[in-house]
Amino acid sequence: MDISTRKSQTTEGDGPPATGTAHGTPDATRPDPAPRDEPAPGSAATPDTTPDATPDTAPAPVKPAPRPGATATAPGTATRRGDRVFLGLSRGSGILLLAVMAAIAVFLSYRAALAISEDRANFLTTFEWDPNSPEPVFGIAVLAFGTVVSSVIAMAVAVPVAVAIALFLTHYAPRRLSGPIAYVVDLLAAVPSIVYGLWGALVLVPHMNGLFGWLDTYLGWTGILAWQGGAPRSMLTVGILLAIMILPVITNVSREVFRQVPRAHEEAALALGATRWEVIRMSVLPFGRSGVISASMLGLGRALGETMAVATVLSPSFDIQASLLDPGGGTFAQNIASKFGEANEQGRDALIASGLVLFVITLLVNGAARLIIARRKEYSGANA
Amino acid sequence: MAKRIDVGGLSAFYGAHKAIEDISMTVEPRSVTAFIGPSGCGKSTFLRTLNRMHEVVPGGRVEGKVMLGDEDLYGPGIDPVSVRREVGMVFQRPNPFPTMSIFDNVAAGLRLNGDHKKSSLADIVEQSLRGANLWNEVKDRLNKPGSGLSGGQQQRLCIARAIAVQPKVLLMDEPCSALDPISTLAIEDLIGELKEQYTIVIVTHNMQQAARVSDRTAFFNLAAIGQPGRLIEIDDTERIFSNPSVKDTEDYISGRFG
Repeated sequence: MDISTRKSQTTEGDGPPATGTAHGTPDATRPDPAPRDEPAPGSAATPDTTPDATPDTAPAPVKPAPRPGATATAPGTATRRGDRVFLGLSRGSGILLLAVMAAIAVFLSYRAALAISEDRANFLTTFEWDPNSPEPVFGIAVLAFGTVVSSVIAMAVAVPVAVAIALFLTHYAPRRLSGPIAYVVDLLAAVPSIVYGLWGALVLVPHMNGLFGWLDTYLGWTGILAWQGGAPRSMLTVGILLAIMILPVITNVSREVFRQVPRAHEEAALALGATRWEVIRMSVLPFGRSGVISASMLGLGRALGETMAVATVLSPSFDIQASLLDPGGGTFAQNIASKFGEANEQGRDALIASGLVLFVITLLVNGAARLIIARRKEYSGANA
Repeated sequence: MAKRIDVGGLSAFYGAHKAIEDISMTVEPRSVTAFIGPSGCGKSTFLRTLNRMHEVVPGGRVEGKVMLGDEDLYGPGIDPVSVRREVGMVFQRPNPFPTMSIFDNVAAGLRLNGDHKKSSLADIVEQSLRGANLWNEVKDRLNKPGSGLSGGQQQRLCIARAIAVQPKVLLMDEPCSALDPISTLAIEDLIGELKEQYTIVIVTHNMQQAARVSDRTAFFNLAAIGQPGRLIEIDDTERIFSNPSVKDTEDYISGRFG
């Protein structure tokens, strides 16, 4: 009874219809239909939930004539307050993110500039790292070389294997096999990098002797695969370990891309008399190519920044080895991790400067990946 | 080179579900045979058994016999891949390879077979595009992507791609259902020309289309939802549309159900 009168009032309410209906509905669902009998306390105590109890058309007993207007706007501000809080929260989070990024960039640039201005040698080309002395000499040539080389090796090993695994999972494996395998691949991604490092140092390194000997015997003449017999804690070992670490992310993204190949494209190839491999070559790989590239960029980003696994496996030195098999070299992240403890303030600034270079390289890689993904979007939209 | 198709006691399954049951029919060479019937009656499934495309669906399985000329398509030792090179197919939605140029789309099937010299490849591509009435529209942009064509042009490109490998039979699964009337007309005219050389089987939901393009018409129906589809009758198109021998066919054609 009470509710029905209220409903009729809200519908024929002459005030702004938007607010009238907006508050009529939540109120109608309220369990206690109190407000009509004691209008004053009801509307006063909970002004935001009982606005329609005192509409302009309300019968005599409602004394406070001016109140309706006041209470009618109250709920409006309540909703707007919610909106405003949410807007503030989300905008604040966005600004916070930007602020953090800016703080990192400013911090890195400032400390790096301090260090580089003290550097007695060329920061980009020097093969030495001695920033702690009063006459500091340091450069990133070795680190940049080692970082790029180990990542390139990792990519060269991981991408073909990851694409093969993804193709197997999507196009060859029976369904009850592909589920568990995909799960194991996911599991690989969850292993902490220090565990990879320990495994690499204790298991992978000793087992590399055989491979290194074989490479030296048959491909030693190339120079870059010659081996002088040192412990296999070299760039190649690091690259292989990094390959294992970035395998899961490349596999997972590639798998998703291959799974999205339209059935119609595959059937088109099948109907022409394509074998399974020809279907993959004609429709799956062309469709997935840009997706695989962006997946590889994701993996590359991880390989560039990997710290503990490299630091555990590599036997570092501040020179560039002509051969990938001879121990030595270093990467940005590994160098920061291993030199940070012993560094004085100037030394830390120098490490920060090297970190800035890594930051820039990673940004470039991410930018390239974004470009490729953007191109892919355009391309798939054209075929929708 | 067109060949006769003889189907005997053919049933097709999706896992445990029987989609079509005990179908027997003969498809004459150099003619157009249309399959009509309500949705879900198994016409498309049956069509896909004729080039062994049914079995690429997980759980897809076929029992019975399909003779192409004097070769049993489901005989032991028959490679489905080689069957599909003899029996071409055009799909409901135009599906040119999006990453390939117009030329490469038509050449795709030829390149699968290997051993094609560049010069003869260009000749065959031109012939096929002419055969699909598309040559004049695309001859200046053979290197542009096929996905840039209109829907009707894409479908004719797919037909060109299918006939480039000179199949014995051409299967068409509702080839005009995604096209506008003008493009549909172009495809129907093309079907009329292609039947001089090929055995054509077309699935269509459009009965006027079946009446216009086909020489013979097969009507499929199913007893109830979940029941396998069956061939009700196959006869000359004129007879099916004027004086069918089964009442169900007449009811369907006159729009009483379906």
